[in-house]
Amino acid sequence: MADNLIEFENISKIYKIGEIKIPALKNISLAIERGSHISLMGPSGSGKTTMLNLLGCLDTPTTGKYIMEGKEISSLGDDSLSEIRSRKIGFIFQSYNLIPHLTVIENIGLPLFYQGINEKSIAERASVMAEVVGLKDRVRHKPAELSGGQQQRVAIARALINNPAFILADEPTGNLDTKTGREIMELLNKLNEEGTTLFVITHDSKVADYGDIVIRILDGQIVE
Amino acid sequence: MRFNILHIIRIFRAGWKNIYLHKLRSLLTMLGIVFGVASVIAMLAIGEGASFEAREKIKELGSNNIIVRAVKPPPAPGTEQQTTFLAAYGINPLDLRRIKSIPSVEQIVPTWEDKRDVWYLDKSTSARLVGTYPGYPGVMNLIVVKGRFFNQVDYEMIKPYAVLGSSIKNKLFPLEEPIGKTIRIGLNYFTVIGVVSERAIVSGTGFEAEDINFDVYMPLTTQRIYYGEYTSGERRGGRMSIDRSWVKYHRLIIKVAETEQIITTAAITEDILRANHKQQDYEILVPLQLLKQAEHTKKIFNIVLGAIAAISLVVGGIGIMNIMLATVTERTREIGIRRALGAKRKDIISQFLIEAVILSSIGGFIGVLLGMAIPNIVTKFASMITIITYWSILVSFGISVAIGITFGIYPARKAAYLDPIEALRYE
Ligand SMILES: Nc1ncnc2c1ncn2[C@@H]1O[C@H](COP(=O)(O)OP(=O)(O)OP(=O)(O)O)[C@@H](O)[C@H]1O
Ligand SMILES: [Mg+2]
Repeated sequence: MADNLIEFENISKIYKIGEIKIPALKNISLAIERGSHISLMGPSGSGKTTMLNLLGCLDTPTTGKYIMEGKEISSLGDDSLSEIRSRKIGFIFQSYNLIPHLTVIENIGLPLFYQGINEKSIAERASVMAEVVGLKDRVRHKPAELSGGQQQRVAIARALINNPAFILADEPTGNLDTKTGREIMELLNKLNEEGTTLFVITHDSKVADYGDIVIRILDGQIVE
Repeated sequence: MRFNILHIIRIFRAGWKNIYLHKLRSLLTMLGIVFGVASVIAMLAIGEGASFEAREKIKELGSNNIIVRAVKPPPAPGTEQQTTFLAAYGINPLDLRRIKSIPSVEQIVPTWEDKRDVWYLDKSTSARLVGTYPGYPGVMNLIVVKGRFFNQVDYEMIKPYAVLGSSIKNKLFPLEEPIGKTIRIGLNYFTVIGVVSERAIVSGTGFEAEDINFDVYMPLTTQRIYYGEYTSGERRGGRMSIDRSWVKYHRLIIKVAETEQIITTAAITEDILRANHKQQDYEILVPLQLLKQAEHTKKIFNIVLGAIAAISLVVGGIGIMNIMLATVTERTREIGIRRALGAKRKDIISQFLIEAVILSSIGGFIGVLLGMAIPNIVTKFASMITIITYWSILVSFGISVAIGITFGIYPARKAAYLDPIEALRYE
């Protein structure tokens, strides 16, 4: 049996708005191997972000089992899910989601703050990560002073700092031009080659082509 | 390990940064707490000062004393326009004898008083001449610090002796030894035989402010010989009319043997005077009663003060809650990001709670400084005694911290219980 980092067993997610039920994901089963690079494609509203939220433990499935590293986590409480996010998962968002009033280095170090690590080692590790993404000379800047591509590099550094088991990216190149997008994908690809499991949502088939596996989703169901 | 002191200090520093980022807004938010705390401290200091004054005044008047004071009755209609006016009123020797016969009265001392200038060589000062009995220092708790008070023999022999209040001594004899020196009052000369100790000047609390340090005491017999029973007159109101008075005694100080008998003795005194006076030309002061009254007033004052302070602190707290709610809304996305990066609910709670506490305690601190400054200003400009108590500072600062917690907890919990997904999508 393969070394599965994540297994989804018959996962469904139904949003309720008053009396109306919106089934965003329908009976999804899926396994993600450690070290793989998966691209998720699908039209708008097909359930991609919903799936990423479930993978990232930001939300819990309505039905089904979520197994991470062999342990079922679908019914854990808020604190335990936060702990998993803190230790195992890195997020990259389309709109970067940096905290505007913190400097680059503070943004990068933020995940470690919630692990209770002392300030000095946070700063050290954050500046190492800044170097990895090529922003060593911008660490004292605020996000607003950086270009989109640079901001996304900060977000990648932030996602990497806690040595996560996997990184979830929702349209990481969506706000970037083709060239910058390609640079970002090269960076992510390099990280994947060094062993990080990657799960990337995209509209762009060029971006999807970086993945080992491309999953297509339509109306909450995997079609391919 | 997660919630050690260092971690809390870090959260404090982050909170401080956020507050500093919105300096003006934070300052405005704090104002409620600032004024609440300042008013608590200032008003307690004023209240405490007032009750100190009352206690001092009681000491001065004697807690076992009843004081009967001559009061000039209001002028009869039609005489108001006159520029000079001789009024005969007040307490007389018959009153004294009648009151003396009350069994509970231990001692009774009359005074006759007049405002005069006192001279020594080329120095002069205005003074209150007090002609009285040798027992005066005993009933008034006066301490003779130099020389002696006049005695019964001096009194009987009508000696031209004077005993000075401390301010008179300081004005006329700043460096010299006063005992044995001759002072002049009007056209008459007196030998200084003693000086009494200084007394705190007290005002307010229902008593007339009087500075007894400007008193000059002499035997009543001596005074009668030299000055008779007419006062030299004083200017009244803005009308510049001069009033002269014909008064036998200005004050009677009645010392009662037992404290429990004061109220009844005062009532009997009142009856005696009412039966023998056609007009209301006297008033009766019972220092002990005034003390009780002052204490009652202080209690009411404290209740009112407490209510005002509570209201302003609650208003301040609501201000903080309001701004924290706005902050939470403003930073919804930040909360979502922090949650995605692994922040637990309690991390978010401590972040926002600590921000609220920083706001309220800085407000409290500024309030403490302001509250310590106000009583000084009051003392300077209203010449009231104020006493800042340390417990009022500690309590009001503690309350401001508590306000931060109380009114910060709701916004903080609101932030912590946001759905991270919704928060991340928030524009
Ligand atoms: N919080 C929510 N409450 C109710 N319905 C929701 C919620 N989030 C998503 N949905 C619905 O679930 C479905 C899937 O949404 P999702 O955001 O996963 O789509 P997506 O594939 O990420 O689309 P896009 O490419 O536009 O980002 C949609 O029909 C959406 O309206
Ligand atoms: Mg989406």
